[in-house]
Amino acid sequence: MATLDDARPGAAPWLLSGPALLLFIGLLLVPLLLTLMLSFRVFSDTAGVQSGFTLSNYWEVVSDPYYGTIFLRTAGLAFAVTLLSIVLGVPETIVLARMRRPWQSLCLLIVLGPLLISVVVRTLGWQILLGNSGVLNNVLQALHITDEPIRLVFTMTGMIIALTHVLVPFMVMSVWANMQKLDSQVEWAGRSLGGSSFAVFRRVVLPQIMPGVLSGSIIVFALSASAFATPALIGGRRLKVVATAAYDEFLGTLNWPLGASIAVLLLIANVAIVMGCSRLAERRFKHIFD
Amino acid sequence: MAFLTLQGISKRYGDFTAIEQLDLSVERGELLSLLGPSGCGKTTTLQMVAGFVTPTTGRILLDGRDITHERPEKRGIGVVFQSYALFPHMTVAGNVGFGLEMRKVKRKEREARVAEALALVRLNGLGHRYPKELSGGQRQRVAIARAIAMEPELLLLDEPMSNLDAKLREEMHIELRGIQKRLGITTILVTHDQVEAMTMSDRIAVMHRGTIAQLSTPYDAYERPATPFASTFLGRTNAFAGEVLRRNPRCAEVSVAGATLHVPHEGRHVDGAVNVYIRPEKLHLANGDARVRGRIATRVFVGNQWLLEVETHLGKLRVAQPNHGAPPPEEGDEVGLDWTDDDLRVLTQDTAGGAHGHA
Amino acid sequence: MKQNGILGLVYNAFFLSFIIAPLAVVMLVAFTDKGFISMPFEGASLRWFRAIIENGDIVAAFWLSVRLAFAAATIGVLLAVPAALAIARYRFPGRAALTSFFLSPMMIPAVVLGIAFLRFLSLLHLSGSFWSLVCAHVIIVLPYALRLALSSAVGLDRDAERAALSCGASRFTAFRRVVLPMIRTGVAGGWVLSFIQSFDELTMTIFVATPGTTTLPVAMYNQIAQTIDPLVASVSAVLIVGTVLLMVLLDRMVGLDRILIGEAR
Repeated sequence: MATLDDARPGAAPWLLSGPALLLFIGLLLVPLLLTLMLSFRVFSDTAGVQSGFTLSNYWEVVSDPYYGTIFLRTAGLAFAVTLLSIVLGVPETIVLARMRRPWQSLCLLIVLGPLLISVVVRTLGWQILLGNSGVLNNVLQALHITDEPIRLVFTMTGMIIALTHVLVPFMVMSVWANMQKLDSQVEWAGRSLGGSSFAVFRRVVLPQIMPGVLSGSIIVFALSASAFATPALIGGRRLKVVATAAYDEFLGTLNWPLGASIAVLLLIANVAIVMGCSRLAERRFKHIFD
Repeated sequence: MAFLTLQGISKRYGDFTAIEQLDLSVERGELLSLLGPSGCGKTTTLQMVAGFVTPTTGRILLDGRDITHERPEKRGIGVVFQSYALFPHMTVAGNVGFGLEMRKVKRKEREARVAEALALVRLNGLGHRYPKELSGGQRQRVAIARAIAMEPELLLLDEPMSNLDAKLREEMHIELRGIQKRLGITTILVTHDQVEAMTMSDRIAVMHRGTIAQLSTPYDAYERPATPFASTFLGRTNAFAGEVLRRNPRCAEVSVAGATLHVPHEGRHVDGAVNVYIRPEKLHLANGDARVRGRIATRVFVGNQWLLEVETHLGKLRVAQPNHGAPPPEEGDEVGLDWTDDDLRVLTQDTAGGAHGHA
Repeated sequence: MKQNGILGLVYNAFFLSFIIAPLAVVMLVAFTDKGFISMPFEGASLRWFRAIIENGDIVAAFWLSVRLAFAAATIGVLLAVPAALAIARYRFPGRAALTSFFLSPMMIPAVVLGIAFLRFLSLLHLSGSFWSLVCAHVIIVLPYALRLALSSAVGLDRDAERAALSCGASRFTAFRRVVLPMIRTGVAGGWVLSFIQSFDELTMTIFVATPGTTTLPVAMYNQIAQTIDPLVASVSAVLIVGTVLLMVLLDRMVGLDRILIGEAR
């Protein structure tokens, strides 16, 4: 199985990855291409999907202010969630990195564990928490911070909070991975040269974890821009985002070509953001890390 | 006829040549070291003998059999890897007996031979343990036992001691050599540690940039290096640039920094620009009759000897003086140095070698 | 590294509460004896847990999810392990592109995948089929199985395989007796992670599910979208406990931070 002289691997690697490759070409590439093609089809309310080529679907998505609002709202949501994830997640990761053995593993497990629990369950929890007679409101009223229940469900604020909860583990993961690569003795070097705790933190530690924060931000942004379940349940019918809008077209009005064009635009935007920012980050930080 | 022969072996990776025209013969039962700095090609040579790398040109003959293109699993050659490469999921006994299993040796005989091999490396009774539970030195012994248990015709050792600490390494040199001699297995040892090579080998092949710079016994390799590289790689030496004035039957007259030295040339053709070498232990402090006078710049005590650096008009000379009891003069003192002409060596300067310097 | 001061520990407590809050709430609500969700509540009861078993739809959805996850994880691992070995051991043209291709489902929004599969399956008239659902899930889980198998294969000591060859083992025997056992934990961890990811999958599955092939998350989503009743809470509570147990198992086997972050510890 192993070619020990790496000169001529021959057909072996292709044979080994063949089955997976075939599955992926057939079940990933082809469906995506079909979706792309679908987005150029004509749709009529009476007759469904017609054959024929048109750019009207894209035009409608780009020009109709209805969709404009949706895209803006989605972008706003993504930015807010990303920002909140940084503000909440980065300090936590630093605190985690400084913990000692048994506590560290336990806390890491608690923070990262929810990733393995279905998003339905997590979002259900937030629905209960944020409801008008939900826990949060009850607590706030009991503490006399507010007199009436604050509307959190079906609001942007509620969505942001819930989505942050879902995605902040990714930020922690990314920064954590970065911190593992740091040489802890660099911090001591900074102190020995006369830097105060805070100065060392600001000038030595923080700059070094920037790549992790950046890649975490890219992941969180991309995932929140394409999020479906949380916006659907917490945002409700009136606060649509791109993913729920696509769902509406596909399973609601059954305008598949329009839904497909939304999907294609979402995919392109996703890939562009992720790859573009990754390249930028790479170039910016290349000289520090290998 | 030699037991293992490498004829015209070369290995090229695209533009890069790792080994160029290597010829080597290893006698039956001898331990031969491939000694050299990293990148000289010694491990590549070993891998070609083992069969993990195919030579670009040339032939490898084992006991008359052409094994150049034979698969590694058919060659019956025992290999001890630098990282030991033990099977972590098998016990020590499982590891050691693996080669015998592959040869379909019956269980009872296998167990007996495994016990023998473990006894030979002094790991009796540890057969049921897992590699994870052993110390570095013990793991190394398991690797050795695994290689010799199947009674191979040839044993290859790839820097087997580099992960051991100094004291343990010294002990293993002697022990491993003892095992090799007792079993009479033809062995090739790859190392960058010259002390290791000199302690253990019957012969040393000093390698440099993909070729063998010198092939000789440890004594000859040290006392009579054939190339500037060999001179400076093995042990320390003092080197001076000089010009050959005249070549006599036994020695050459070389002008070095104004003085004329008579240097034995051992039949080599030396002419023009040359380097003259003398080892630090061959220089001694002389009170009266000194050929050269100088001032002690540095003095270091190493335990069994003193290392001095003496500034002279010939340059900075390194002198090694055995620890007889009384310490030598201090830093800053004036001393005289003397030597025997027979201890001088001369070699033509090559383009790769340096002119004046120390090693 | 510096130790945490009181500020750090307080923040940590706050953060952990934030993370646990929704899950704790769900588990608490599951024990209510009322017919609707209310917090706080007076009486505790197990009625909503019993209701799970009596609800045929939920039970059917559960078993479907289990079968689906099992199939997807198994097929995913069977495809991913050879691919991981190929990528880890050989330098061949297209290696980087192939790896990116196999990992791409993680970068493609689940909505887009759902739409793509829906279109594809409806064109082939395979919409209600269990096995088409399995194939869709294999695409989703394969990156996870591959990442874990890859980190195992890459960390493999190649010399161990050479040692086996030098002992006389044929290439296949060396693979079977030495390589496979050494990547065993990575492969098993990949299976468990794939199982979990498939079981939990919601967004893509919503598009592809049909009344006959409704997974548990989809069933729960449909329920929640209409009205929240404690039944969903009790199902969620069961899922949370089950996942925690699997998490502990995974952590014992491979180490959770290694799985989720993909780095060796």
